[in-house]
Amino acid sequence: MATVYESQPPTTTPEVGGMGHARKRVEDARFIRGAGHYIEDINLPGQLWLDIVRSPYAHARIKGIDDSAAMKVPGVAAVITGKALETYKLAWMPTIAGDTQMVLPVDTVMYQSQEVAAVIATSRYAAADGVAAVEVDYEPLEVVVDPYKAMDPSSPVLRPDRGEGKQNNHIWHWESGNRAATDAALASSKTRVKEHMYIPRIHVASIETCGIVADWDSVNGTMTVHMTSQAPHAIRTVLALVAGGAGLPIPEHKIRVITHDIGGGFGGKVPVYPGYVLAIAASFLTGKPVKWIEDRSENLQADSFARDYHIDAELGVSAEGRITALKVKTLADHGAFDSQAAPSKFPAGLFNVITGSYDFKDAHVEVDGVYTNKPPGGVAYRCSFRVTEAVHAIERLVDIAANEIGMDPAEFRMKNFIRPEQFPYTSPTGWEYDSGNYHAALQKAMDMIDYPALRKEQAEKRARGELMGIGIASFTEIVGAGPSHDFDIIGLKMNDGAELRVHPTGKALLRIGSQTQGQGHETTYAQIVAEELGIPAADVKVEYGDTDTAPYGLGTYGSRSTPVSGAATAVASRKVREKARAIAAHLLEAAPDDLEWTNGKFTVKGSPDRSKSIQDIAFAAYTNFPAGMEMGLEAVDYYDPPNFTYPFGSYICVVDIDKATGEVKIRRFVAVDDCGNIINPMIVDGQIHGGLAMGFAPAMLEAINYDELGNNLAGTFMDYLLPSAVETPRWETGKTITPSPHHPLGAKGVGESATVGAPPAIANAVVDALWHLGVRHIDIPLTPPKIWAILHEKGIA
Amino acid sequence: MIPAAFDYVRPADLGEALRILKEREGEAKVLSGGYSLLPLLKLRLAQPALLVDIQALGGLDGISRTDDDIRIGGRATHRRILDDEGLAEVLPILRDAAAGIGDPQIRNWGTIGGSVAHADPASDWPAVLQALHATIVLRSAGGERVVPARGFFVDPFQTGIEPTEILTEIRIPLPAPRSGGSYQKLERRAGDFSTVGAAVQMTLGEDGRVTQLGIGLTAVADAPFAATHAEDALRGAHPGDELFREAAGAASRQSRPADDSHGPAEYKRAMVTEMTFRALRAAFGRALA
Amino acid sequence: MTTQHISVTVNGTVHEADVEPRLLLVHLLRDTFGLTGTHVGCDTSNCGACTVHVNGMSSKSCTMLAVQADGAEIRTIEGMANGAALHPLQQGFWDQHGLQCGFCTPGMIMQSAWLLAQNDNPTEDEIREGISGNLCRCTGYVNIVKAIQQAAAELRAAAETQAGAAASTAG
Repeated sequence: MATVYESQPPTTTPEVGGMGHARKRVEDARFIRGAGHYIEDINLPGQLWLDIVRSPYAHARIKGIDDSAAMKVPGVAAVITGKALETYKLAWMPTIAGDTQMVLPVDTVMYQSQEVAAVIATSRYAAADGVAAVEVDYEPLEVVVDPYKAMDPSSPVLRPDRGEGKQNNHIWHWESGNRAATDAALASSKTRVKEHMYIPRIHVASIETCGIVADWDSVNGTMTVHMTSQAPHAIRTVLALVAGGAGLPIPEHKIRVITHDIGGGFGGKVPVYPGYVLAIAASFLTGKPVKWIEDRSENLQADSFARDYHIDAELGVSAEGRITALKVKTLADHGAFDSQAAPSKFPAGLFNVITGSYDFKDAHVEVDGVYTNKPPGGVAYRCSFRVTEAVHAIERLVDIAANEIGMDPAEFRMKNFIRPEQFPYTSPTGWEYDSGNYHAALQKAMDMIDYPALRKEQAEKRARGELMGIGIASFTEIVGAGPSHDFDIIGLKMNDGAELRVHPTGKALLRIGSQTQGQGHETTYAQIVAEELGIPAADVKVEYGDTDTAPYGLGTYGSRSTPVSGAATAVASRKVREKARAIAAHLLEAAPDDLEWTNGKFTVKGSPDRSKSIQDIAFAAYTNFPAGMEMGLEAVDYYDPPNFTYPFGSYICVVDIDKATGEVKIRRFVAVDDCGNIINPMIVDGQIHGGLAMGFAPAMLEAINYDELGNNLAGTFMDYLLPSAVETPRWETGKTITPSPHHPLGAKGVGESATVGAPPAIANAVVDALWHLGVRHIDIPLTPPKIWAILHEKGIA
Repeated sequence: MIPAAFDYVRPADLGEALRILKEREGEAKVLSGGYSLLPLLKLRLAQPALLVDIQALGGLDGISRTDDDIRIGGRATHRRILDDEGLAEVLPILRDAAAGIGDPQIRNWGTIGGSVAHADPASDWPAVLQALHATIVLRSAGGERVVPARGFFVDPFQTGIEPTEILTEIRIPLPAPRSGGSYQKLERRAGDFSTVGAAVQMTLGEDGRVTQLGIGLTAVADAPFAATHAEDALRGAHPGDELFREAAGAASRQSRPADDSHGPAEYKRAMVTEMTFRALRAAFGRALA
Repeated sequence: MTTQHISVTVNGTVHEADVEPRLLLVHLLRDTFGLTGTHVGCDTSNCGACTVHVNGMSSKSCTMLAVQADGAEIRTIEGMANGAALHPLQQGFWDQHGLQCGFCTPGMIMQSAWLLAQNDNPTEDEIREGISGNLCRCTGYVNIVKAIQQAAAELRAAAETQAGAAASTAG
């Protein structure tokens, strides 16, 4: 049953297990036995439980909170309200987007399921009973759910707290590119295609929800926080700043954040949620550990949402079928607080990579953020900092343009792709793409699926009235945030640390600032060390997640682990190798420059019998090192990436539509990805399979919708539909390999590529099936009722 | 996620169970498989004082046959019904329905009696039982009633069952020769409740005309119902696609679907037509086979 | 708070406990007995992360009460390995990279074990249908299918070897 994995040829043996080897995962040993250590598994002696009272209204004044019945419930120890937090200056907290957010409302609730009060009890069950017994008297207020209406000056001001000059719901305006040149280029284009696209709210819904066990030790004055966090160091610093701002005696060196095993993150476990702050505050106040694990309904209704972009985009095309310009205007619905994780100068993330894989000169992109009565968030669900939104828009527009001018969409792409010799390529909005070969990836996908045969079949089926569609998406991703000159999150530069220490017996310990939530870092980072030093991967222990011991890092999201933390690991390994060279020279009584490194050992040039292995050198680092040299064999590197990396790919999807019911069946889906040099091809494939499923889901099944009163219409797994194994297509994958010229390993990162590329491939396929009926665009999700309504309107159903 | 507190009792026999239900009338809920009741308890939508677990009651989970009917115990699981080869041969509609209820775990534990008494307006058995002209046996401390499935389902989660009764058996008339049935379920995803569920059971006479017909629909009205207008259109007629379409249209016009997350009412009405048509066709095909 | 005394056999060991009737089976396993391999992933009985075996049938332990399981035999993920020897499903998931974050994995393995006990040679469609009540967010299911196929082949081969051995001793 051996699967053949594609990668660049390994240069190390399987025993060493460096890059390119499909090394089996180290972490699985515990997961397959049910011996993982997730937040819900953490139980501390004497711990209390926290549960949360949530608002049924999307916008309401709190007239009163009566906790008398709750306090009589056996086991309930306290009920915390916003008014109580206010006395500790904790009712509001800063967000990582530079806004402020309520921990608990003092007088006004801003979205349905917002936290209104916290109940502390001696057991989970008692806390739930306490929550059910709290009585809140609400006065409903006018609800604002339409972001366009929210922008209108006549709408209620949702955030009067923002002060003078900001008494409206407009959060920020952001622009990129050249408006005048773009307008001129569009005006002189032979063809202009314009489309309005809405990318609805979706929810990461990792199978594990969010949770925390906060443990204040009043004797030692330390706050240990066990939590589900994709960025533990950033959380530690934020907690220190918040505590400082509130005048609490919890300085950063006395805060320890420990993440254990995380059951999926996908960006949903980056923000600081009120539940976390409440647990920490409660622990501080009671002197006992406090545990909060949110229910699935709370998770779906109050945190971790993604997307919600209303995009107006226009593409210009010349008479020769060449793209001339792109103009984009977007309204970003951020809910009641701007709490998204985005680099501070980039409130729309990396959205302006929207010029995509195509060679043209002029573009202008503008985004406006707006408040509504919905939960906060926006950057999650493997969006790669809004690249999912960007790629969906450009790939849809490209298909519309190709069809408008009567050119095959594959041919149109080939004609307009940035050519391999143009790299590094500076895009119209200023991104320098490091490397790419878009033609090769698309050609490979077309060969794998036999594209010409499919077009022929489609023509035959169309003549018989059958609806078959073929959709392509050729995406360019941008990952690895990010270079320190422009990128930070609340000021913290996005440079990650790696600390490598080699022991006397040649085994090693690697500590990193990234935070796996299933990506297999214990396995893959050891492969990086094996690649650079020849120490077998099995001899390298990888640690992360404890802020007391792991070097500072901004965590794992936006596919940044391999590009930043992986690079730091490689550079730290090379620093170790340089010290090893000096020790080897000492052992071999040769000049350091006379030594040659082949994986795992230094050999004197011209004397193949005179060599020292890395293991010999490690032992000597503690027992026989040159005079004047420090003992030991270790190094630290904080990597400042010189640029992002740009993975890319071409996906082709084939659909058949049931004319009677509107159901769309994905017959085939071919995904060709290029993430540069591959560390572990088995894990890369796994990331792609999972990413494709999380692209399929928003394309076909998932959306969070609100009615006009702000009620969430998909607040449980009964209606927020994750794909099961039955609907999920059988993915076919392939690779091309175009290394990154600036990354130490030539690797690019891949975690979100498939979530970026899959939805437009599917949307393009469905529209392609219906184009001949006059359909140009359909917003995702492509549900049967939506498709049926179109067919019905066209007289087909 | 956490139910409110309640008491729990597991009676050893039916008599004891019925006595408890009578004593605690209005306060007690019957617990069968639990896969409909537990979700309600966890959302605190139901807060009974006492759960009466009937898992120890023997003799209520079997499938048997008399000269006139098939009898399925109220505690028979969807799994048991799905796996029964004898049932599948004589009433394939039952296997159709059981195969689509929830997911494998739900099918392992959910019971037909529990599901029917719970009467989710989008659940599958009520439509099937009405298509089959089945009867429902209800036992109480005072005796036994046998009521037709048609008329039993009144409102969302409301049936003709009394709080002191246990649903002990479903009785389905044995189909005559040249009978066929089919259940067609339109759902958004595997394991989902129906967007539309259409159940058809028909018998053909020697001349090929429809002599017996039952059409049941779920998820498109306050309660699952029998599409009597469609039945009237087809009874006594020679079946064929055109007539099936007409009848399916009548079924659609008799529906009262609501807009919800499965889709707008207009879509559901159109899907009643389509799924009823498919069920009629499939049932006809099986009747001929 | 009235409690009831229950006795359940978990992975071959008898456990006694005094529990509230409303205690969910998953909390009995996790909190009372400390078997934290079974996970909670939702609150509407959809995700299947809590799947265990009760009297040989796979069940979502969040949708059962501990008191319902009084007298029952329960098997959890902790009872799948035989000491150091992994169950073929555990080996299959490891070999085929059928897990990433690991949170759905115990439930997925327990459901697969029940599936293979019903059908020792399932088609891919039957496998996907068989795990339709177990949601995974990480893997996209491809490698989970491969893991189950590997385990099914191994279990069939072991059964054939046993049958062969039994036949030769019988003969």
